[in-house]
Amino acid sequence: MTFVLILLVALGLVGWFVARGRARLMYTGRGSLAATPNYHGWHMALWTIVPALAAWGVWLSIEPGLIENAVLQDPAAAQLPESPMERATVLGEARNLANNPDAGFFNPLSVQLAEPMREAQTRYDIYGAIVVLLFGFIGGAYAYTRIKAAFPARTRVERGVMLVLLVASLVAILTTFGIVASLVYETGLFFAEVSPIDFLLGTHWSPANATGPDMGDSFGAIPLFWGTLYIGAVIAMIVAIPLGLMSAIYLTQYADLRVRKWLKPALEILAGVPTVVYGYFAALTVAPMIRDLAASAGYQNPSTESALAAGLVMGVMIIPFVSSMADDSIAAVPQSMRDGSLAMGATQSETIKKVLIPAALPGIVAGVMLAISRAIGETMIVVMAAGAAANLSVDPLESMTTVTYQIVQLLTGDQEFDSAKTLSAFALGLVLFVVTLILNIIALRVVKRFREAYE
Amino acid sequence: MTDTPKMSARNVDVYYGAKQAIDDVSIDIDTGHVTAFIGPSGCGKSTFLRSLNRMNDTIPIARVTGEIDLDGEDISRMDPVQLRARVGMVFQKPNPFPKSIYENVAYGPRIHGVAAGKAEMDEIVEKSLSRAGLWEEVRDRLSDAGTALSGGQQQRLCIARAIAVSPEVILMDEPCSALDPIATARIEELIDELKERYAIVIVTHSMQQAARVSQKTAFFHLGKMVEYGDTSDLFTNPQQERTKDYITGRYG
Repeated sequence: MTFVLILLVALGLVGWFVARGRARLMYTGRGSLAATPNYHGWHMALWTIVPALAAWGVWLSIEPGLIENAVLQDPAAAQLPESPMERATVLGEARNLANNPDAGFFNPLSVQLAEPMREAQTRYDIYGAIVVLLFGFIGGAYAYTRIKAAFPARTRVERGVMLVLLVASLVAILTTFGIVASLVYETGLFFAEVSPIDFLLGTHWSPANATGPDMGDSFGAIPLFWGTLYIGAVIAMIVAIPLGLMSAIYLTQYADLRVRKWLKPALEILAGVPTVVYGYFAALTVAPMIRDLAASAGYQNPSTESALAAGLVMGVMIIPFVSSMADDSIAAVPQSMRDGSLAMGATQSETIKKVLIPAALPGIVAGVMLAISRAIGETMIVVMAAGAAANLSVDPLESMTTVTYQIVQLLTGDQEFDSAKTLSAFALGLVLFVVTLILNIIALRVVKRFREAYE
Repeated sequence: MTDTPKMSARNVDVYYGAKQAIDDVSIDIDTGHVTAFIGPSGCGKSTFLRSLNRMNDTIPIARVTGEIDLDGEDISRMDPVQLRARVGMVFQKPNPFPKSIYENVAYGPRIHGVAAGKAEMDEIVEKSLSRAGLWEEVRDRLSDAGTALSGGQQQRLCIARAIAVSPEVILMDEPCSALDPIATARIEELIDELKERYAIVIVTHSMQQAARVSQKTAFFHLGKMVEYGDTSDLFTNPQQERTKDYITGRYG
């Protein structure tokens, strides 16, 4: 199939040169062509390649069905088991064997079917190649007939490019919709078994023990929500807000250009450190340190995993977010505001406290909200340092668990995908999604209004 | 009035990095009248104005040499905070703080700890707004945002803000360039009233404005002060060829 693609691109290239050459022949003087020869070239190249690629996409989706039908015509296929699942298993083994004769198998029938399978694959691959190239030729021929002096090839090409861009942006949006739809669907299945009230308001979380009619009692997610907010929105923010804000003030107001040139990228590197590295740091360095400190302060049996360790490291991770948003919004306060205050005889720190920060506050608040939404969605640090116990406590030295951690727990390893235990992960994911979505919307609105105030 | 001028500059040079923006300017400025700085764009008039209250200090690459005195005292030895309380400034674009009208005016007195209590602060705010000719228009809405006023009102608010700390000199950097003709006329009337109490220095692009509001005019060109004298003399009988060319519209 790779060969066909190369051939298709070559065909497009040929089309480009042919159309351009033909358009050039039509050139009789200034204004005699509605579009430059190059645009005729692109018009033909696009007509050669794009419909053929679309045809290829369609072919890829129907080819396996055609191959399977062909294989079922083989006399050996009569021995296939009745159950659809077993049939699929055997056919899968046959497909593996067809592609790689050394592949392992369980059912000897698949060896018999491998040969017809390989034969069908080869046959349909050739059909596919023919179809694709046929589309290329037809598209190219159509474009070729349109090469006339008055033909507006430029507008057509630009419209085509616009469509390509539109499709590219739709892919991301549609994927998001798909994800949300699947979350909502699975959550619906979960709520059919466990009441949303038990889930959202219950205080006992132990899905591993959930059985029987009272299983709603084991799906109380309040301790998870609490742990998430306590680690992400309280402890992490106590670290990230003051440090981020102070570093932004230093960088925008006090640091001279040379210092700023080094310090700002250095701070932004923090944002590029993989979260799993922060996870190690939290679990192997910070958490034991906190445990030892707690023990020496006379705390009874401090646990190695603590909300404090995860929250502190998460706070450090979030500093660049707060700092760069605050930096941007302080820098966006017009210079004239700063000059006005300084010219009144205000000192630099009075100017910062009384004019710059109040003026930049909406942007700073928005930055904090984005930081919170990131912190509560953070997974690796809490998986490694916060613990699995669903405690409902305000003691930061206790082990706590979060929504993201529980999702990981519920979905890793061998799981049945239709039990309430597994489905609860989707409900947790939906709650997390809704909360971060709301935070992001508020933050974006605040920032937008803030921008308008100065433009 | 003593013989010492309110402000005097001697052999002032200003550099932005390696570029010299002001070359050897000496000038005396007195209370009781308005001094206008005129000249084409980029001639250094605003730069020189900003060195009178050391606003150039806030630009890292700017360097000022020579001596500038306020009441005979070298301003480079003064605390810039004290200096700027005595030499106020109004900018080209109205720049009220994003606070209420009241808080805009109270800003200066508050940071300098001038007012003893709420009553005294109210008095300062009212007096400053009255002198800036804005009191009647805003007395009923002192808690509205300063940024909600019209452009001309905002500029008068900025003047009130500058007056509130009882300065001795007020520097105005093209205060009307962002305003319409009616608002400009209001500001010019105001400048005329204010000159009794304060030494006023105004930078302007408009020669008509300089002729209308000032008693003394200094003409700047390419960083040098070409000519300085009574406004009436400078416009009717310029001593320098370049001044004559500029005021007759040959360039600039």
